[in-house]
Amino acid sequence: MQLIACPWCGPREEVEFSYGGQAHVPYPDDPGALSDEEWAHYVFFRANPKGRFAERWKHSAGCRRWFNAIRDTATYRFERVYRLDDPKPVIP
Amino acid sequence: MSPRTPGADLPEHPDSLWRSPEPERSYDVVIVGGGGHGLATAHYLAKNHGITNVAVLEKGWLAGGNMARNTTIIRSNYLWDESSAIYEHALQLWEGLEEDLGYPILFSQRGVLNLAHTLQDVRDSVRRVEANKLNGIDAEWLEPDEVRKICPVVNTSTDIRYPVLGATYQPRAGIAKHDYVAWGFARRADEAGIDLVQDCEVTGFDTDGDRVTGVRTTRGTISAGTVALCAAGHTSVLTDMLGIRVPVQSHPLQALVSELLEPVHPTVVMSNAVHVYVSQAHKGELVMGAGVDSYNGYGQRGAFHVIERQMAAAVELFPVFARAHLLRTWGGIVDTTPDASPIVGRTPYDNVYLNCGWGTGGFKATPGIGSALAHTIAHDEPHPYVAPFTLDRFVTGALVDEHGAAAVAH
Repeated sequence: MQLIACPWCGPREEVEFSYGGQAHVPYPDDPGALSDEEWAHYVFFRANPKGRFAERWKHSAGCRRWFNAIRDTATYRFERVYRLDDPKPVIP
Repeated sequence: MSPRTPGADLPEHPDSLWRSPEPERSYDVVIVGGGGHGLATAHYLAKNHGITNVAVLEKGWLAGGNMARNTTIIRSNYLWDESSAIYEHALQLWEGLEEDLGYPILFSQRGVLNLAHTLQDVRDSVRRVEANKLNGIDAEWLEPDEVRKICPVVNTSTDIRYPVLGATYQPRAGIAKHDYVAWGFARRADEAGIDLVQDCEVTGFDTDGDRVTGVRTTRGTISAGTVALCAAGHTSVLTDMLGIRVPVQSHPLQALVSELLEPVHPTVVMSNAVHVYVSQAHKGELVMGAGVDSYNGYGQRGAFHVIERQMAAAVELFPVFARAHLLRTWGGIVDTTPDASPIVGRTPYDNVYLNCGWGTGGFKATPGIGSALAHTIAHDEPHPYVAPFTLDRFVTGALVDEHGAAAVAH
C-alpha cells in the first residue's frame, strides 16, 4: 500500500486519505459576471493531465486536514505535498 | 463434475485476422483509438455507409486497453430515455452481432441482477424497472426469494451486512467474449479495406482555423478528412493537444478473475452499493469488477485496498466464493464524466468528432456507439441516439444524470 506524507502527520497509509480532485480552482471573484459557459467550466471542467497534477487530498482518518500535493498520474508518485496556503511549487 | 475440460468448446485462436499495413499519408476518416469503439465505428462506416478509406490508429495493439480489461457485462436497463435508447440500440445489435461479424463472440444472454440493499435502493430500482418498461426494455423487480431462484449462490439471508432486499432483472442482458468481439470487428473492417494501424501513437494535430488537417503520429503525419476520437481514458491527452476542454476525469478501474471453477454462477450479479459485479466466464473463471479508484490515474493499475474491499463484499454476497483462488487482478483507465453519461458528437473543430466519457460502461455500448458514430461521421450530423450526449450539455444544463440511478458503479 502506498504511503502518503501528510504535511502535519507524516507518512501514513493511503487508506487514511480521501481525494479532492484538482487543486487551485478558486471561487470566481465576481460570480454574477460569469457567463453560463464560464460557470460550466468552473463547476464541471477540471484538468485531467497524464503526468504531474496539482491536487487536493484530505487526511480523513487522521488529522482530518486538507492539503495539496503534486502527484504524477501515470506513476502515482507523490512528488510534493504542501499546505493549502502555500503557492503551487515549481518542480524542475 | 463436468466431463468436459473447461474451455474445450471454445474456438481455436486464429492465425491472423487482419493485415498490419503501413499507414497511407491520407484518409477520408481517421479514427484515433483501436479499441472496441474505434473498431466498431470502422466496421459500421464500411458496412452501413460504404466508407472504407479509413484508418484506425492505435498506440499499442488492437483492443489492448479497456477492451481487454472490462468485465464484459452487456445490459440496457438504464433509467433515462436518452441512455436506455442508445444502450438498447446496442443490445439489439449485440443480439445479431455474431451473424453480422461472421465470427463467434460467445454472447450469452444469461440475464443481469442489480441488487438492492437498502430501502432507497429498492425505491430507485422499482422506479428504474418502470422506466425501462415504458421504454420497451425487458425489466422485472424480483423479491429476495425470486433472486435466489435465479442465482442460488447469492446469500439472501437477512443477517448480513448488506442484505438483499430484492433486485432488478433484465433477462436479455448478458456477457460476451471481449477479445472475440474486438477480433470480429477488426476482421470485418480489415476485409472492407480499412487500415488498422497499430503501434501508431498520436503526438499532435495540424490545424487550419476550425479544421484539423493532419494527425501527427509516431509513424508520420496523416492527413484526414474527418477525425474521430475514440480514446476512452486517454481522451484528455488528445483533447489537450487540440486545446479543447472536456469534462472527463480518468480513473483506474480494477477487475480480477478467479481460477477456473465448475459452473456455479448462472447469471450476472451487480451490486452498486457494495461496488462489486460478478459473472462466470465461459471457461469457468469468476470475473469480478470493482468501483473506480478515487484518484485520477493513467497507470492501468489501482490500489490493493480497493480489491480487498471488493472481495469482502463479494464473499459476503457469495459465501461459496470464499475458497476460490484469485488468479490475477488488473486495471483499466475509465473516463468518467460529471453526469456519468458519455460525451459524443461535435467539437469546436468542424471535422473532429468526440466519443468519450463512457466511464465504466463502454463495452456494452460497443456496437451501438459504433453504428451511431459511423452514422454521425457519414452524415456529418449527430445520430439521434447520440444527439443528447453533446459536450455543450454541461453549459446548457441538459445533463443525463445516470449517477446511481442506473446501477453505474462509480
